[in-house]
Amino acid sequence: MEELRVVLSKAGDISPIKSSEYVSVGGYEGLRKAVEAPEKVIEFIKASGLRGRGGAGFPTGLKLSFTANTPADQKYIVCNADEGEPGTNKDRVIMEEIPHRIFEGMAIAAVAVGADQGYIYLRAEYPHLKKILEEALADAREHSFIGPNIVNSGFNFDIQLFIGAGAYVCGEETALLDSLEGKRGEPRFKPPFPGVAGLWGKPTLVNNVETLANLPAIILNGPEWFRQIGTEKCPGTKVFTLSGNILNPGVYEYPIGVTIRELFEDVGGCCPNGKKLYAVQTGGASGNIIPPSLLDTPMDIERCSENGATFGAGDLMFIDEDRCLLDVLENLIEFFEHESCGKCTPCRTGNPQLLALIRKFKNGTAKQSDLELMLELGNVMVGGCLCGLGQAAPNPILSAVRFFPEVFKVNNNYERGAS
Amino acid sequence: MYKVVIDGQPSEVTNGTTILAACEQLGIEIPTLCYLKHLTPEGSCRICVVEVKGARHLQIACATPCTDGMEITTMNERIYAFRHMIIELLLANHHADCFNCSANGSCKLYQYAMDYDVEQTRFEEVTKFRPKDESSEFFNYDPSKCILCRRCVRTCNQLQSNHTLSLKNRGVATWVGLPFDKLFKDSNCVSCGNCVSVCPTGALTTKASKKYRSWEVTKTRTTCPYCGVGCQMDLLVKNGKIVGVEPADGPANSNLLCVKGKFAYRFINHPDRLKTPLVRKNGVLTSTSWDEALDYVAEGIKRIKAESGPDAIAGFASARATNEDNYVFMKMMRAAIGTNNVDHCARL
Amino acid sequence: MTNSIAEVVDADAILVIGSNTTETHPVIGAKIRQAVNRGAKLIVAEPREIPLAQQAEIFLPLKPGTNVAFLNGLMNVIINEDLMDEEYVKNRTEGFEELWDIVKEYTPEKVGEICCIDPEDLKAAARIYAKAERAPIFYAMGVTQHSTGTAGVMSVANLALLCGKVGKYGCGVNPLRGQNNVQGACDMGCLPGDYTGYQKVANPEARAKFEKAWGVGLSSRPGLTITEVMDAIESGEVRCLYIMGENPMVSDPNLNHVEHALRSCELLIVQDIFLTETAELADVVLPATCYAEKEGTVTNTERRVQMIRRAVPGPGDSRDDWMILSEIMHRLGYDNEFSSPQEVLEEIARVTPSYGGFSFERLEKVQPQWPCPTPDHPGTPILHVGKFSRGERAIFKPSPCILGAELPDEEYPLILTTGRILYHYHTRTMTGKNEDLNRVVGRSFVEINPTDAAKLGIEDGGRVRVTSRRGEVEVDARVTNRVSEGVIFMPFHFVDGAANRLTNNVVDPIAKIPEYKVCAAKLRAM
Repeated sequence: MEELRVVLSKAGDISPIKSSEYVSVGGYEGLRKAVEAPEKVIEFIKASGLRGRGGAGFPTGLKLSFTANTPADQKYIVCNADEGEPGTNKDRVIMEEIPHRIFEGMAIAAVAVGADQGYIYLRAEYPHLKKILEEALADAREHSFIGPNIVNSGFNFDIQLFIGAGAYVCGEETALLDSLEGKRGEPRFKPPFPGVAGLWGKPTLVNNVETLANLPAIILNGPEWFRQIGTEKCPGTKVFTLSGNILNPGVYEYPIGVTIRELFEDVGGCCPNGKKLYAVQTGGASGNIIPPSLLDTPMDIERCSENGATFGAGDLMFIDEDRCLLDVLENLIEFFEHESCGKCTPCRTGNPQLLALIRKFKNGTAKQSDLELMLELGNVMVGGCLCGLGQAAPNPILSAVRFFPEVFKVNNNYERGAS
Repeated sequence: MYKVVIDGQPSEVTNGTTILAACEQLGIEIPTLCYLKHLTPEGSCRICVVEVKGARHLQIACATPCTDGMEITTMNERIYAFRHMIIELLLANHHADCFNCSANGSCKLYQYAMDYDVEQTRFEEVTKFRPKDESSEFFNYDPSKCILCRRCVRTCNQLQSNHTLSLKNRGVATWVGLPFDKLFKDSNCVSCGNCVSVCPTGALTTKASKKYRSWEVTKTRTTCPYCGVGCQMDLLVKNGKIVGVEPADGPANSNLLCVKGKFAYRFINHPDRLKTPLVRKNGVLTSTSWDEALDYVAEGIKRIKAESGPDAIAGFASARATNEDNYVFMKMMRAAIGTNNVDHCARL
Repeated sequence: MTNSIAEVVDADAILVIGSNTTETHPVIGAKIRQAVNRGAKLIVAEPREIPLAQQAEIFLPLKPGTNVAFLNGLMNVIINEDLMDEEYVKNRTEGFEELWDIVKEYTPEKVGEICCIDPEDLKAAARIYAKAERAPIFYAMGVTQHSTGTAGVMSVANLALLCGKVGKYGCGVNPLRGQNNVQGACDMGCLPGDYTGYQKVANPEARAKFEKAWGVGLSSRPGLTITEVMDAIESGEVRCLYIMGENPMVSDPNLNHVEHALRSCELLIVQDIFLTETAELADVVLPATCYAEKEGTVTNTERRVQMIRRAVPGPGDSRDDWMILSEIMHRLGYDNEFSSPQEVLEEIARVTPSYGGFSFERLEKVQPQWPCPTPDHPGTPILHVGKFSRGERAIFKPSPCILGAELPDEEYPLILTTGRILYHYHTRTMTGKNEDLNRVVGRSFVEINPTDAAKLGIEDGGRVRVTSRRGEVEVDARVTNRVSEGVIFMPFHFVDGAANRLTNNVVDPIAKIPEYKVCAAKLRAM
């Protein structure tokens, strides 16, 4: 399959700061079209079939309409740029190379839902982006793409940059909103959803960087054009991040439906040094780990979940034959244990227990009952945690037990052997 | 109105009713730890899960609103196993020192462990406990008993709005503490004790509660005797003595009290209470019988009234006594003595 | 209170004047803060920077004794900026012209000078209050305990009427009553000029009604108030004083004068639960049960009648107040038929229209607010809805600002103001018997501004002597910015270092309330 750049179109060819350069490649034309017929924006987005690119894959048009249909004196657009998933760097690249496309997407969304204030919640661990975004925002404001009376339309919409405080959980939209309000970043119970009661209780559209960056092209070229790309249920492209034991790690934009094998072999160039591929973690740190036998799975939300893989934010981490899967799992669960906000019982107390159990397998002291307890706990967390962090944290373990049972050796004699 | 079916029983609820409230209407009990009336439900403890037909995962009852046609199951094997697991997880981070615990008998974790047959947790203890804070004059804080239901934090911040307690750290290292790790006595704590009243375990306990067990006390609903707010509360009585006070959900106080209502009850049992009438004899107040004292009063009043008229007698009633006491006092002054010289400290 | 406590959480703006709510009515203080959490704008007008001031949108540190000027200033701004509720004023009030005649003098600049506040803050406060849909006013003794207390209360009412905020949900004029049953004691006619439910002694019909109900002739001579009784004892007019559950030896102003009066009283009867400072001077002391040992009803600050219930037996031979009183009445030749507090309430309900709907049986289930004339009446959460007690219209009763009766001068350069603290209650008869509370605050103190303290060489925690024209006491100094320069504050709870040895017993001519909140004093480091 051929690379196709929608989100990253012209990225790297033009200055990320200067709006004039973005305009020279057709930038802000989508916004101009949107302000002429604001009522059509949501219709277009719905028809395009665009789904959120942050990991959950929720239909973007529907999300827009929730915010649009909630009457309020104030509404907000929030760009979720808290890209904290280990092995995910796609939003970073979009922000580094073509930030105006994000601003344009936010402004289109603002026009559609009736918001006049936007925030970009930027991951604190991307400090170099602060300067780029601030300068680009200043330039956009100077040229009236944001600020009062954008593109002479009568609409007001400004964007403020907000730097996060270093918590992975703030990538969860409601925790992000709490953090933005100056509180401890913890997910809220939903409902109410942010679209109805979000930032400071006002209707708020929260979307991922990549999702927002898709809007200008859809408005400009129309939903039919967009639907030609990708798969039926998941139209469009995806910006994938390839990492781990692979020759050409990096960020690549391909139509949705590209297979993992294509990305591994053709794009990534296989494992370095001729090593054999042992496993692939799909979708991100909280995604499923699958064996090479599933490499022909297309990267598409439905196909992934049918086959036991995870689409997530489009990450693929390749693990070669020299790696110990238990080390990988230990490292991942350490991450979730560290990043759990501590609000809900299963995530706060469950992750450390998963970690303790994985370590038992590592040091050979695990019994059959430990394996059973680990699966039981993992399933309780998947079904019972308050937010996606806790719900997804056991995925790597649960999928590894399914696809790599040989790794989980139990020693039922251990108890007798121990004093 | 929405139609819902709970455990096969059809019911009607108003729009916005939570599953928990709908269950309460039918008298179905759901275990809760973080839920508290008057606080926004935050759904953090996860013990109140129920099964909703059509939903992939179990749903928490305390925060999930009913929808029309919702079919809810409040107990089955899946729910039981889930709650069992939550209790096991909590117990793994709880210093189960039940024998010595002030909350013995009133601990919700203990109760649910019993209800769900959790004799022992299968998990290892993973939390490092923080030291106790017994610096308050009125209550003790033992973080090793805390299950992080956050009722205290939310009560302190949302209801009392004093912002003394907050959550510190995150993940399994989360704990309830004070700004700059201060002790209660050095903080802005106003000793209202509302955090203590809402604690479901023995993490926050009154200093007095070491001396009684919940099954030993009887409760009497009454009105706080201090200021004019009229807070409703329960007096806890053991062996004829007040040993504690718990807030009640009165129209004026909605389960809140202040330091005086919650803790200033010791005067009731104080040895200095007057126990017999006293009459001054040779300049000294001396114990006497009611008959003698009452005769002394009545004779004195009669004599002065006869000599100087009823207006030579005055009476101060009490803003501390009941309506009935004050009425009889006022009636005594006006009807039995015959003067309007009756006042009380309304102005003071 | 014209309105209910529960309404405060729905307020859009709240004006607190002369009340340190979080310390004196902590649960209402908490609810005010809940309203602020939800976005209500709080205006605090108080001589001290009380805890609520921290959450206030605007804090106005009024010079003690200037409430009326402040309130007139608010009305001046509201009228000048067309923020009054014209419809309401037109249809439901009288006397607007008279109001304007007085408040027009109180320009923000003039009020700023009188009250020592920024005129811009006054304007901002006026706008917030007037523009809010739901805006209750809470006040307490900081408004009433002045020689011009009545004018203060009237001015609060004027402000609320001017903005159409009486008889409306989430609004009202809301005095916070200080004691658990001070409302009830007033309702029960423990006032010289009133029978129960404010039926006037001076009204022959009311008197005839009670004569019939009680089967005796009743005096038409006006009775004396507490402060008048003290004077009347000294002049020999009053020879016998019966005190039930009060401790004037700590609570009354100018204690040296009170002590002299009580010592010279021929027959002093004290009925209480402890041998209070007052009981120590008595000829007869009668032991009463306390609230945990008896049954009855009390009426809170929002006029809600609630039960107290017996949890434990009273100590020794102590008896319920009503029983003791009935015994004395019997010995005086008047027999009550009461065999329980329940029967007393039945009689109260018979003779008191506003209490007609109360009985123990009903109060077990619901606790309505008076007026509640019949057993099926739901009670009255909000007074003056659509109609005032005097009729269709309320009258503005404006008043100019008259400063305190005793102002600072060269000899006594400071203004002393008094009040309560969180950890103690009134004369500490109850709270003083709790060692834990005493360990938190066990001694009297005086708060003084750092600038004044530096001038006088006073250090935080040092002992100082506070002197007024009526007495002197020694207390600990607390040097704090909570009080402004020229103002000192003392709690009145403590016998040792009693603030009321210093306070002025001058009273408001109408309400007869003493001026606890303002007197001149001086301070010296020891």
